[in-house]
Amino acid sequence: MFGLNKKDTSLLLIVAALVALAPIILNPFPEGSGMAQFNAGYPDLMQRFVIFGIFAIGFNILFGLTGYLSFGHAAFLGAGSYAGMWMMKLLSINVIPAIVFSVIIAGLISLAIGWISLRRSGIYFSILTLAFAQMAFALAASVLTPITGGETGLQTNLNDPRILPGFLGGGSSVDGNIPKPSLFGIEMTSSFEVPVAGWLWTFNWGYYICGIVMLIAFYIAIRIFRSPFGLMLKAVKSNQQRLNYTGLNTRPYMLACFVISGMYAGLAGGLMAAMDPQVGAERMQWTASGEVVLMTILGGVGTLIGPVLGAGLIKYFENIFSKINDNLLHQWFAFLPDGLEDLMVTIIHPFIGKGWHLTLGLMFMAIVIFLPGGLVEGGQRLRKMFGRKSEERAPKTTPAE
Amino acid sequence: MSIKTVSRRGVLKSGAVAGAGLAVPTIFTASSAAAFTNEPTGSSVTLGFNVPQTGAYADEGADELRAYELAVEHLNGGGDGGMLNTFSSKVLNGSGILGKKVEYVTGDTQTKPDAARAAARSMIEKDGAVMITGGSSSGVAVAVQALCQEAGIIFMAGLTHSNDTTGKDKKANGFRHFFNSYMSGAALAPILAKNYGNDRKAYHLTADYNWGYTTEEAVRTSTEAMGWETVAAVKTPLAQTDFSSYVAPVLNSGADVLVLNHYGANMVNSLTSAVQFGLRAAEANGKNFEIVVPLYSRLMARGAGKNVAGIFGSTNWHWSLENVAGAKYAGTNAFVQSFGQKYGFPPSQAAHTVYCQTLLYADAVQRAGSFNPCAVAEALEGFEFDGLGNGPTLYRAEDHQCFKDVLVVRGKENPDNDFDLLEIVDVTPAAQVTYDASIFGGELGSCNPGA
Repeated sequence: MFGLNKKDTSLLLIVAALVALAPIILNPFPEGSGMAQFNAGYPDLMQRFVIFGIFAIGFNILFGLTGYLSFGHAAFLGAGSYAGMWMMKLLSINVIPAIVFSVIIAGLISLAIGWISLRRSGIYFSILTLAFAQMAFALAASVLTPITGGETGLQTNLNDPRILPGFLGGGSSVDGNIPKPSLFGIEMTSSFEVPVAGWLWTFNWGYYICGIVMLIAFYIAIRIFRSPFGLMLKAVKSNQQRLNYTGLNTRPYMLACFVISGMYAGLAGGLMAAMDPQVGAERMQWTASGEVVLMTILGGVGTLIGPVLGAGLIKYFENIFSKINDNLLHQWFAFLPDGLEDLMVTIIHPFIGKGWHLTLGLMFMAIVIFLPGGLVEGGQRLRKMFGRKSEERAPKTTPAE
Repeated sequence: MSIKTVSRRGVLKSGAVAGAGLAVPTIFTASSAAAFTNEPTGSSVTLGFNVPQTGAYADEGADELRAYELAVEHLNGGGDGGMLNTFSSKVLNGSGILGKKVEYVTGDTQTKPDAARAAARSMIEKDGAVMITGGSSSGVAVAVQALCQEAGIIFMAGLTHSNDTTGKDKKANGFRHFFNSYMSGAALAPILAKNYGNDRKAYHLTADYNWGYTTEEAVRTSTEAMGWETVAAVKTPLAQTDFSSYVAPVLNSGADVLVLNHYGANMVNSLTSAVQFGLRAAEANGKNFEIVVPLYSRLMARGAGKNVAGIFGSTNWHWSLENVAGAKYAGTNAFVQSFGQKYGFPPSQAAHTVYCQTLLYADAVQRAGSFNPCAVAEALEGFEFDGLGNGPTLYRAEDHQCFKDVLVVRGKENPDNDFDLLEIVDVTPAAQVTYDASIFGGELGSCNPGA
């Protein structure tokens, strides 16, 4: 189907099913139960899952296929967000121009940065991209304040022009309020809630639009992975020197790959602005660039589904673990005798709330040490354990060199 | 794999089906039972406390969280009641808000607008918070305020000092109790003139972000109005930790006053640097060289240690206020006592302002008889109150900013302990720091109940 082989088709269908049913799957615990804390099926987090999934898929096209580690991808994410915001301020609150424009701008910027950075490889390439990203961050935070809003960031305002006619999402205000990002009148924040015996499922428009975009992005990534172009990129990863000696110029392939990857980041940035109309400069900071590296490695470098899983895991920790506080811990361990309860809370305290970084760090270490192929390798091992033969291919995570 | 030929008729048909599919579910979204976002239906109501638990302002955030917990305890009838006993409005009786027990959820803003909005959205969408409060930076406050406006939630700003929060970026659903840069400038200028004279030359070092700009502008305008001259204003990166290269040129610039528009760790480092360069002991233009810090906090003073001695600045509130300036500031001692009893040390101004905000919200709901953001906003607009430690205060309707007396403080020469670092020099009456609501631009828009 869609020009994919059987295996990839089933992968795509599985991902599509997961995306479609996420509001149900991510809310395994009934409302009001003690475990409801761990539910992740609310619009904001689900949107983040798929948006960062897109970001990580794009990053993986560069890092997974060619082995070029970019430490500056947040710059494209941020640029995409700013571009999207400006479309929503100037043109229309409709998300389509915002998303399209953000991809274009991110593509142009990645073309410029890639043109220069790709003259070097290995660690020098990483440092160059990092330098560019930090430059972009500094510019956005201070020098370009008229365009980026500086530290406060950029928001939609009541006095923005939004010049397109009303049915296309134009107009400055609706009933004295700033219009919300929408798709031909469907607001991104609107959702309908379905209570089913204790559970509450929230089906959110913004999430499904992001989800569809992610499926398209995922499909394109599969096609790139399986194309001759993808094969060329894998050849770059395994031995670029040999390629050069055969008389083949790898630069155009690399640049194209870098720009595609940058456009994915821009798409993610544009979607972020469309779901939540606020952009701050810190979206471009090096920590954000580092985060996508973590996501990709955590999920499995060079695998198709890995980066999406990694993105989900990190965002889950960031949003769920950071919200557990001592008060909740005391509730959970209330069944223990007082002394023991306090002891348990003291032991767990450093790992929750503001300590979520620590938990994530430990988990990252464990995965890198015991599952170098990331979550995907974990899944493959599980499958092997349960006796199903995964005959045809050896784990495709083995480094080529 | 088969390739279907696409007919015009087919396209039209599928288009119509897709259109119908898109249109149907909006019926569900138009309006369900609730009249506004997160209407509390059970026996409890959830408030969202969104404070920095990590990053540069984590100290302030931790103190804010303590104050929130204390406020919730008092609202639910626990503890000694704190400022509920001194508050001029008496509708709160310790049975929660409108008889519903107050519960809360917390989030970490990381002092980043993005993270702050994510935390706030999760509190609204997942935990059903009906009000969001907190923040320890203007960037975060402005971002979360816009989010709350969009979601139809009341936002009670915490520590945010930029003019923009209730100026350029004000929102109908957002309210601020804390003072702002303009008020700092207006309160400081006369004291500076009295102590340092009318013919000073000032050199500004300004943190390179929104709050820095508005503070620099406020201090410049008000000092220039009384005859000072501004020699130079230099922007310093927010992440800067070593200020020696910025402080070195100051002495030879012809200036005789250094104004540090810095906050938090920035201020601690730049002040330490300035003192190390001998600026305090230096003379310029035949006068003693002086340093001014427009926004002071006890937590900062503790970080800078001995270096703050004799340096002027302004604050929103200080725990010694009632003892120094008299019973007009009733509530201060009640709050300090119940905070001290629970945590063992006096509260900071960040703790005070968020405690007040929580009480003010609860009181407004009680008076309005509804959690509906529009009703609450109406109850808060133009509300005059007393007994929350700042003397008589007005929540101005035009920009949702509180107007109250501003404290001018000075670093103590010989502090007795870690908490007694600032002494109150003067209390500038509210009338002197009041300004016209329209000078910063921006529009409130109309209140949004969501849903």
